[in-house]
Amino acid sequence: MSQEFTTQVLDEIIGAHHNSPSAVIAILQDIQERYHYIPKAAFTPLSRRVGVSEASIYSVVTFYENFSLEPKGRFIFKVCDGTACHVRKSMPILERLRKELALTSDQVTTPDLGFTVETVSCLGACGLAPVLTVNDKVYPAMTPNKVSALVAELKEELSHETN
Amino acid sequence: MRLTSRADLQQARRFYSQALSQQTTKILVCAGTGCIAGGSLVIRDHLIELLKAKGQNVAVTLADEPHGPEISVKSSGCHGFCEMGPLVRIEPSGYLYIKVKPEDCAEIVEETVINGRHIPRLAYSFNEKIFPKQDEIPFYKQQTRLVLEHCGHIDATSVKEYLGLGGYSAFEKALFDLSPDDIIKELSDSGLRGRGGGGFPAGKKWAEVQRQKAKPKYVVCNGDEGDPGAFMDRSVMEGDPHRMLEGMLISGIACDASEAYIYVRAEYPMAVNRLKLAIEEATERGLLGDNILGSNFSFRIRINRGAGAFVCGEGSALTSSIEGKRGMPRVKPPRTAEKGLFGQPTVLNNVETFANVPEIINKGAKWHRSFGTANSAGTKAFALTGNIRNTGLIEVPMGSTLRTIIYDIGGGIPDDKDFKAVQIGGPSGGCLTKEHLDLPLDFDSLKKVGAMIGSGGLVVMDSETCMVEVARFFMNFIQSESCGKCVPCREGTKRMLMILERIVTGRGAIRDLDLLLELADTVSNTALCGLGKTAPNPVVSTIRNFRSEYEAHILERRCPGRVCAKMKRFSIEADKCKGCSKCAQACPSAAISGKVKEPFVIDLDKCVRCGACINACKFQAIQESW
Repeated sequence: MSQEFTTQVLDEIIGAHHNSPSAVIAILQDIQERYHYIPKAAFTPLSRRVGVSEASIYSVVTFYENFSLEPKGRFIFKVCDGTACHVRKSMPILERLRKELALTSDQVTTPDLGFTVETVSCLGACGLAPVLTVNDKVYPAMTPNKVSALVAELKEELSHETN
Repeated sequence: MRLTSRADLQQARRFYSQALSQQTTKILVCAGTGCIAGGSLVIRDHLIELLKAKGQNVAVTLADEPHGPEISVKSSGCHGFCEMGPLVRIEPSGYLYIKVKPEDCAEIVEETVINGRHIPRLAYSFNEKIFPKQDEIPFYKQQTRLVLEHCGHIDATSVKEYLGLGGYSAFEKALFDLSPDDIIKELSDSGLRGRGGGGFPAGKKWAEVQRQKAKPKYVVCNGDEGDPGAFMDRSVMEGDPHRMLEGMLISGIACDASEAYIYVRAEYPMAVNRLKLAIEEATERGLLGDNILGSNFSFRIRINRGAGAFVCGEGSALTSSIEGKRGMPRVKPPRTAEKGLFGQPTVLNNVETFANVPEIINKGAKWHRSFGTANSAGTKAFALTGNIRNTGLIEVPMGSTLRTIIYDIGGGIPDDKDFKAVQIGGPSGGCLTKEHLDLPLDFDSLKKVGAMIGSGGLVVMDSETCMVEVARFFMNFIQSESCGKCVPCREGTKRMLMILERIVTGRGAIRDLDLLLELADTVSNTALCGLGKTAPNPVVSTIRNFRSEYEAHILERRCPGRVCAKMKRFSIEADKCKGCSKCAQACPSAAISGKVKEPFVIDLDKCVRCGACINACKFQAIQESW
């Protein structure tokens, strides 16, 4: 799962962006990529290094949909509910996925940090609707049954990783 | 291989053009997001292996040294025919194979590549007619691909290939033969209007930035294609990135800017990778950087990834996001051309607009005006999706009719259903109906009927679509994407959503329609930015075109599109009902009553439409209807 937060990693990331205040979003994206969320402990050192107040950084983190202050799962499902997927019935897919993983619209990550289920407005793969992605890999023309099979497969993979 | 002069660039073009002509057979495997998801990369690798095993001279990249004839296997950008993917195109025969699987590769190599024969079972067919060649397929035949000219026809990851096809010659012309005024005049005369939705004349925008005295100036490319159901810009960024970079370079010369940014939405990781690669390659070749081709023009391009905020497609929100802040729009004027990125004069155009520029500089304004209509010159790319046979990416001259797009190119509505409406321009646009099928699609005609071209998403909806639910869907999207800065958008969209939710769940009143229109008027006239101003469009246009559907929901509690779950009606067929009372026991809202051993009845006023009774009945006596 995600690694322990260290200021050394943070320093590397900030250094790669030349401590630039306008790179705050890019830095946060790198942190998120590394840990799958923005650890609270990152705020103070980040603020000092780039010279942007903690409040401003917090305002940026909460504005953009992609940033999360809560840890996310190893596998992140993004179910597309853009117009094209919606008219080709994407909602039953989301419902099945949540049912399989015992998640809801409020509880989006499993307690073992294995899976996160989110919706996304449009992945731009409308020709293959309905689609979903798992860690940026696109799965086209989904059905509720295909989703169940996919979850089973990923659970298997997860159990190998943790052992 | 850094190019340091004009002669170097011309030499490189000649060399790679020669190298391309050495490729006796080209196999183009679509590596767009869609086809990759369908497994196209496995197919590409398999084809390479098989050809090598047959002792063929296979090339995956264009050679840097003179060499003999060879067969090339390329990863191309999106061919556009996404419904039929994974796609494989073979040149020079022009054969297009659809829905190709790894097990088809051996046959393709043996039959088509080596023996030159066509494989009918892999070709596209319609009404029992087989179309071997790509250009003959109705989907392609009716299109005019200018911006998408290269998409699907070249290796999207290679600057060499772009050079071999005459790439960067418009940039060369702009840099050495034209003055900034010449460039802007050509662009103004061409009639090119912004392809991101607004339709603002591109030449006028560039001239405005050129006039500004403040320095430095910036060039920004808007690749934050957020409209659900739109993927034109993604396809250009993935399929022909150098065309867009060339357009940006030319705008840098015209407006005297040397720093540029491309803002790409977070959901497009592959576009980011292809652009990164394109920028790296162009920099290595000396087409980006300092003193390009020995001139005193310098130009650098950076990529900024979005972080998931639809409002960042708006100009001032986008520049604010590049600066590392919350992406919230500001009051205008001053416009972005005067005070844009970091408060400096900024050319901000969208991907498709920049991609139009090189050919206009090469072939001239008059050539560009020979496509499209008087006030909307050129072509437009559309993403065709929804309930249509051929989903995909298309490009047609401005002024084409919906009928051409939906029936001739799109192949009509599947499953013998009727066409009902098409949503154009995403959540900011409106819907067009049967009576608009022969309306020319251009900026001005659409405005007259209360819709807009927008960025180019076309979502086709069949007779089993509920227009009230569609309006609710878009309002829900806008409401959750509203940045919250101005009251009309933040509160107005919330109230409009609440009213729409009331209507689709059968709790609406007829006065709600006037209330919706009144709110729509206030929001569109008083909101701060384009997102809010256009947010009510789907509601207004569905009320205008489908008022009877709203009335059916409100007055009869009926959903004509058979979509809204709360509008379902349950009834018990008296001759099938044995009076066992199982349904009444299962009903959570005590809506079913009756005497045992006599037919039961459902009180629709109490019924919550959960369907529990259907599952409980052993005699299939309960009917569901709309």
